[in-house]
Amino acid sequence: MRPISKFAAVSVMVAAAFPAFAQGTGSSIAVEQPWARATPGGAKTGAVYMTLDNKSGTADRLTGASSDVADKLQIHEMKVENGVMKMREIAGGLPIPAGGSVALKPGSYHVMLIGLKKPLTAGEKFPLTLTFDKAGNISVTVQVQAMGAAQDKGGMGGMGGMQDKSGGMGHMEMK
Amino acid sequence: MRTRQWIWVALAGFLAFSTAALGTVYVVSSQAVHGVTATQIGGPFTLVDDTGAPVTEKTLAGKPYAIYFGYTFCPDVCPTTLLDLSRWIKKLGPDADRLNYVFVTVDPERDTVQSLHTYLSSFDKRIRGYTGTPAEIAQIARDYRVYYKKVPTDDGGYTMDHSAVIYLMGPDGKFATLIAYQEDDASAIAKLKNLGALTPTS
Repeated sequence: MRPISKFAAVSVMVAAAFPAFAQGTGSSIAVEQPWARATPGGAKTGAVYMTLDNKSGTADRLTGASSDVADKLQIHEMKVENGVMKMREIAGGLPIPAGGSVALKPGSYHVMLIGLKKPLTAGEKFPLTLTFDKAGNISVTVQVQAMGAAQDKGGMGGMGGMQDKSGGMGHMEMK
Repeated sequence: MRTRQWIWVALAGFLAFSTAALGTVYVVSSQAVHGVTATQIGGPFTLVDDTGAPVTEKTLAGKPYAIYFGYTFCPDVCPTTLLDLSRWIKKLGPDADRLNYVFVTVDPERDTVQSLHTYLSSFDKRIRGYTGTPAEIAQIARDYRVYYKKVPTDDGGYTMDHSAVIYLMGPDGKFATLIAYQEDDASAIAKLKNLGALTPTS
């Protein structure tokens, strides 16, 4: 009994210390570490990143998002192909496989903020509502990180980009 | 008979044109992938910088330069590249001043002198922004073999596809090499250092 309550107390403390760790825990989709990069001066766009964990046995889709910080939000895919950057809205939403997870990260998928009302500043937080085909709406709090951040500081480490940073030109050949 | 001849001429012309267009994209692609050097990158231009001052290729003459093409509505790859470049400039220390650094917008319709200036204030101050009329931007993009394309979005807006490499040019305005998107620091800094060493000592 006592060790459990101790554990519970620690859990509460941890949860309080890292409010952004896993959100939407009551639903079939867990939203881990939603974060955005601080935006350059006057920038009209921004990007939100996170990991979506589908804990259910059915595939789901992230179909939309809304927030007060921008006029419009879209689910985008970005890739660099043969040295050319291409960014597209994902038609029909971003699939999240049953029991699987999808990472939204720099150089890859992101929730694009279009028509930012003001620049995002490191340290601030803002609310974001994600809409899923099956899981419905999940509201989360997005933490704004310094512009140079590759990943949420509370994250699992490693680099945010999807490219292999080790090579010279060769790594541009990613598909 | 005559009509048929004209059709062949038109067809040949079209083929030549499309081959040239494809060739341009291919040159950029193959460089980006294999680091193939090309001699015909660069050339004269007339633009304005982010303070509103007119600039030409002569503004950059005498110093090597790093030139990157992007746009400020770009949420990911452009800030990433400008941050990388800012970090490399800082790590170069005093050597950094042997080079010029330029960010040219491929979205002149939205990127005004003022918006470029505000945007670049978030990065190393040595990175200058260049914009111009759509025709002037098309010209410099052609000369630098930069691929860019406006892609309309469902909501009536648009995004830009664009080359995501940094061109490194010698003090004579001739192409030296490229830095790839998210190239590692050591390699990029070495390239910038080598380029800086080309600065003529006066």
